[in-house]
Amino acid sequence: MNMNKRKGFGITAYIILLMLPIYWLLNMSFKTNQEILGQLTFFPQNFTLANYATIFTDPSWYSGYINSMIYVSINVVITLLVALPAAYAFSRYKFVGDKHLFFWLLSNRMAPPAVFLLPFFQLYSSIGLFDTHIAVALAHCLFNVPLAVWILEGFISGVPKEYDEMAYIDGYSFPKFFVKIFIPMIRSGIGVAAFFAFMFSWVELLLARTLTSVDAQPIGAIMTRTMGASGIDWGVLAAAGVLTILPGLLVVWFVRNHIATGFALGRV
Amino acid sequence: MNKVPNNKAWWLVLPVFILVAFSALIPLMTVVNYSVQDIFGPGQAYFVGTEWFEEVLGNERLQASLGRQFLFSAAVLFIQIPLGIGIALMMPTTGKRASLCLILLAIPLLIPWNVVGTIWQIFGRGDIGLFGWGLNQLGVDYNYTANTGDAWATVLLMDVWHWTPLVALLCYSGLRAIPEAFYQAAEIDRASRWAIFRYIQLPRLKSVLVIAVLLRFMDSFMIYTEPFVLTGGGPGSSTTFLSQTLTTMAIGQFDIGRAAAFSLIYFLIVLLVSWLFFTAITHLDKQK
Repeated sequence: MNMNKRKGFGITAYIILLMLPIYWLLNMSFKTNQEILGQLTFFPQNFTLANYATIFTDPSWYSGYINSMIYVSINVVITLLVALPAAYAFSRYKFVGDKHLFFWLLSNRMAPPAVFLLPFFQLYSSIGLFDTHIAVALAHCLFNVPLAVWILEGFISGVPKEYDEMAYIDGYSFPKFFVKIFIPMIRSGIGVAAFFAFMFSWVELLLARTLTSVDAQPIGAIMTRTMGASGIDWGVLAAAGVLTILPGLLVVWFVRNHIATGFALGRV
Repeated sequence: MNKVPNNKAWWLVLPVFILVAFSALIPLMTVVNYSVQDIFGPGQAYFVGTEWFEEVLGNERLQASLGRQFLFSAAVLFIQIPLGIGIALMMPTTGKRASLCLILLAIPLLIPWNVVGTIWQIFGRGDIGLFGWGLNQLGVDYNYTANTGDAWATVLLMDVWHWTPLVALLCYSGLRAIPEAFYQAAEIDRASRWAIFRYIQLPRLKSVLVIAVLLRFMDSFMIYTEPFVLTGGGPGSSTTFLSQTLTTMAIGQFDIGRAAAFSLIYFLIVLLVSWLFFTAITHLDKQK
């Protein structure tokens, strides 16, 4: 009992420390700039929503969130569409070069995005995709597709092969079996793969910023605008930061029952 | 699972192959192409062989950046792996409190990296940040924009705050996969808490720890956005890591040949070290 109490105390202390920086950001987002720069207060004295109002009324601000959401969604869809059949193939079949291909895929997860900066910029400019959502979505596939194949392969290997064989005996064609029977069986795995694809695409900025200028600019790039001639607009910066945390919270809420299995990446 | 030999499976892999070839092979070939040429402008390129590589390897600024990078990644692994295991062991195992814990732990992972930098930029300031203000109140002379040691401590602390939850969540899911019977057997044997950890939990955590070490190494070795926002690489170049040096070279100075040679060396180092980790850990596995 004593042991459990100590554990409970430890984890509570850790989570409080973990939340402190976020509390501070939230606290600051409800303050005026005078209050932020004037004195240190633990709760807003003059509670204001003006910082949020600035973001929600100015299209050049809120379009950043829309742009980010668009390319993240496209990326998640592309990632799942190509990764699902590939993960099935890696899990069920032996074929020429399968191991090499798998490791080559994973090696792309190890590639520093900075390495691809210049060639990506030139590649997407030359095919006329510069400053489009699809360019960022495709660029993020570089690290999301290998990860999704890896996660899904783990989940698919957990499904006994007898299901596949039974479906064939029942006269299902492969596409019909895959969509009608197989995908519903591994839906938690798909949820987890989608979660990771969302996560890594949503948080990435280096590639997203380099491949866009105006029309598809992500929110992260717009946030640097708060540094104006009269110094940094701390209140709006904090509010913009808080708003970037919300989509992540929403997604984590959807997969909350699968997080534990999810972080095992399908292979324990 | 016994797999069936079937070369038609290539059709299922083909979309991934085309997509990744498009977004990895073509850019990589471009980099290789640049790394052996000196380019003055369109149509004015000269083949220079390994000249760029030799120059990059001898460049002191890059060597310093590489040294800092290894130091940073080593510090990250030494702090985050044990801390993550410890947190996973403390987490509640069932009920509402467990899922609340999981959600709260996942939050730092879902914050865009530039915002992580912004949060700590604010949090660490002596005038408007809780952390910097608190330290100054305690009489510690702390200023991360002026003092190299403070800048390093802040970047490290930020990374620990940001990524330890990933290690903890990986370990937590590994711990959940241990059957209850193992613990019951240990109880009958009157095994100590340490013995349970050393002989039951740690061996079972090995596969997730391999993933955690590899992911943490790779991502800390490629870190760019967070320190860039927090310190801008300073004071001086004390927190300038490899990705920032490369980005400045490629986009800022447009020094294409040198940047390309540097890119390839950088990529090869990540691949080599990851491979070393992976084989070392799986080799230990076989010896048992």
